[in-house]
Amino acid sequence: MKKHYKIAVVGNPNSGKTCLFNGLTGASQHVGNYPGVTVEFISGMSDFHGEKVEITDLPGIYSMTAYSQEEIVSRDHILNQHPDLILNVVDASNLERNLYLTAQLVELNVPMVIALNMIDIADRKGIAIDCAVLSSIVGAEAVPTIASRKVGFDELKNVCLKAIRARKLPHPTEFPHELESVLPELEKAISGMKDIAGEPPARWVALKLLEDDQLVLEKISQSSEWENISKALQKAKHQIELHSHEDSPTAVAESRHAFAAGAIHAAIQMSENARLMLSDRIDRFVCNRFLGPIILCAIVYSLFIFVFQISREINWIPLFNGAWTSPTGLLELFFAGLNRFAGNVIALPWLKSLVCDGVISGVGSVMSFVPLIFFMFLFISALEDSGYIARVAFIMDRLLKLFGLQGKSILAMLISGGLGAGGCAVPGVMAARTLREEKDRLITILVAPFMNCGAKMPVYAMLIAAFFASAQGAMMFLLWMISWAFALGSAFVLRKTIIRGEQTPFVMELPVYHLPTLNGVLIDTWNRTYMYIKKAATVILAVNLILWTLMYYPRYDAKSLEDSIKTAGSIFINQAQHTPYAAIFTADELEHTVTFLKKYPIQLKKSPEGLPKIRQNFALELESYKHGGSTANEAVIKAYAVYHEKVTELSNQAAQQQLQHSFAGMAGTFMTPLTRMAGFEWKENIALIGGLAAKEVVLGTLGTAYAMGETADGDSSSISQQLAEDPGWSRIRAFAMMVFVMAYAPCLVTLVTIKKETGKWRWAIFSAVYSTVLAFIAAVLIYQIGSIF
Amino acid sequence: MTLADVEEGSNAVVVRIKGDSAIKRRLMDMGITRGAVIKVERYAPLYDPIAIKVKGYSLALRVAEGQMIEVEIAK
Repeated sequence: MKKHYKIAVVGNPNSGKTCLFNGLTGASQHVGNYPGVTVEFISGMSDFHGEKVEITDLPGIYSMTAYSQEEIVSRDHILNQHPDLILNVVDASNLERNLYLTAQLVELNVPMVIALNMIDIADRKGIAIDCAVLSSIVGAEAVPTIASRKVGFDELKNVCLKAIRARKLPHPTEFPHELESVLPELEKAISGMKDIAGEPPARWVALKLLEDDQLVLEKISQSSEWENISKALQKAKHQIELHSHEDSPTAVAESRHAFAAGAIHAAIQMSENARLMLSDRIDRFVCNRFLGPIILCAIVYSLFIFVFQISREINWIPLFNGAWTSPTGLLELFFAGLNRFAGNVIALPWLKSLVCDGVISGVGSVMSFVPLIFFMFLFISALEDSGYIARVAFIMDRLLKLFGLQGKSILAMLISGGLGAGGCAVPGVMAARTLREEKDRLITILVAPFMNCGAKMPVYAMLIAAFFASAQGAMMFLLWMISWAFALGSAFVLRKTIIRGEQTPFVMELPVYHLPTLNGVLIDTWNRTYMYIKKAATVILAVNLILWTLMYYPRYDAKSLEDSIKTAGSIFINQAQHTPYAAIFTADELEHTVTFLKKYPIQLKKSPEGLPKIRQNFALELESYKHGGSTANEAVIKAYAVYHEKVTELSNQAAQQQLQHSFAGMAGTFMTPLTRMAGFEWKENIALIGGLAAKEVVLGTLGTAYAMGETADGDSSSISQQLAEDPGWSRIRAFAMMVFVMAYAPCLVTLVTIKKETGKWRWAIFSAVYSTVLAFIAAVLIYQIGSIF
Repeated sequence: MTLADVEEGSNAVVVRIKGDSAIKRRLMDMGITRGAVIKVERYAPLYDPIAIKVKGYSLALRVAEGQMIEVEIAK
């Protein structure tokens, strides 16, 4: 089989590079990572007039030094993967700075084609480019394109194929005399090296050495020829400094800029009446000292409302039965249905619990985040494409710099729940990707989970209702303040300790505003969402199974409770004898009838016909009795109500005892001496352990631990009431609990996301440990100091 | 004087870049080299960072970086 050609797409950020790549490859893409770095690259296949071509979209870069991961990844790809062609995408409206990179690409000795992208914008700016002149200067064909509308693609494909087949190399950049006079000698010394014979190009190595490139220097200095090369290098550097009054790296950079300026001068006609660009006019408002922050708040707030409303709050998807639901609701319904189905089909109790509580609810919890992530990225992707994110960073930078963060961090914080009205750390952590600076991004990722996400809200709501009913708003505000204090405080400390180091210089392009393309935004959103599903599903499922095992085993034999349940059953059956309902309350039928009565209100709604008459009659009487009405068979109804209450209580107790004697319960009990300092007993401990999977679990597990049965999200009033009446609970204990829930280890899904975004489990584990320690210290302080008064 | 001393709306010419090689390199990569003409477009709401125009495009940099760029006011 014939090998297909390989093309590497290289260009400045904001040059429309990815847009062009999307246009060429369509949806046939896969996202990859280089081992050890978080920089992603995307490749895809394309058809160039019948010829199959593999295209790789390298990260956007301004230069090819060794200072950033993106630049290193790009040059390593070209030097090691040997693409057949470099497709250099340049922003035609911003040619001079773009050609600075082009000047470095020609040194790599790979055939090259230039896509003069956004030629329409250049046109509007009054810039006319003579392609023939430009081509002859660089030694590579230049093709005008408008990637967002796929203009010029046919011609581009033709020219690319021609360049690949001809294997014509671009001219090496001609440098000023002071450089050109020293290069030959240095190149000769380098060519003498046997170990890297011919590759990479000697001229490139020579220039890198003159630029003090640490990576190349390290490699070459191990060569046996190093002594010779070093001598030649020192001599060359000395001569350059003598001539240009600057060190050699500066001289090289200046020479490249001179080349770009020269090319511009020869190939470009600027018309006189270059108008004030629309972009600059927009910036007058958007970056305005007073209006800027207001517009920022408005946009972020609407992003927030849009994403959460459309994915969770608004029911806009029709269901079969005429009801409506949200995308998240739909997935939850689906998994709840699957759960019920599995529950009915599987008879073995342990297998039933494994499949329902372990597998299905685990996968379900992962999938229920998908709509949120999808819509969040739809919006962020569009904002990024439009150029607005850079303005956000510009406006917010000074404030966040105080705490060791930078402007773009604000986005991750707000999405994670920084507005105080729900949010989610999973898309929040993913949003930190817009930060190009490694350390800034890491700190942002580590502190964003402190924000009050939507899953922490039910716990707050329950405890506030129980203990701070008179000051609900004030308490929520206080919790909001504390979450920001945690986040900014930790950012400050992290920057001073573990992630030390100078704040990376903040030198950022403010790209020209664009209308985002639907195609690009959708592809980007889909790629990110898919990555989440793929990675999260596997790991989270595994950990969920472990947590399930911890809470389900070892089995606790609650024989006395089971006996009591049986006794209560037979007592009731006796009472039901000689009544019209005797037939449905026999030893055989009892369980079926109880299940039927539990589900009765739902089944009535679904399909009233087909219900067994006698059970239905009983159910109707029971309903009427519950609502204070009179019934014909009051005695048996009353007896049933008593029996039902008793059985519920007993089975809740059985669940509680199982939980208490499970591995998780043992761990909870074992930790009590320590956690008591913060006011947590084993019941709270085990709920918090469960909350590691997802913070929503805290409330439900607390319900089981207090023998209330699983408490649903919406129905926390009963547990709220019970805690309020519990003499062991106090306001201060509730407060310590809330602060702990706020700050302790991010949920599993977030941790997996942190791993994915940082590339290392180390940071996910660190995040879990440091936030738990911090949360515990805070809770102990609150509980201990509060208990004094 | 440095770039951080230039008022909003004024043009300046780069004379020299001080400082360590990494930041200097980054600034040069972005087109800030000797002789380049820079227009200070505006300061951020809290007077840091600065938005400038250089080689026909907009760039934001912090005051700390601006102080490393020695300039002369252009006529």
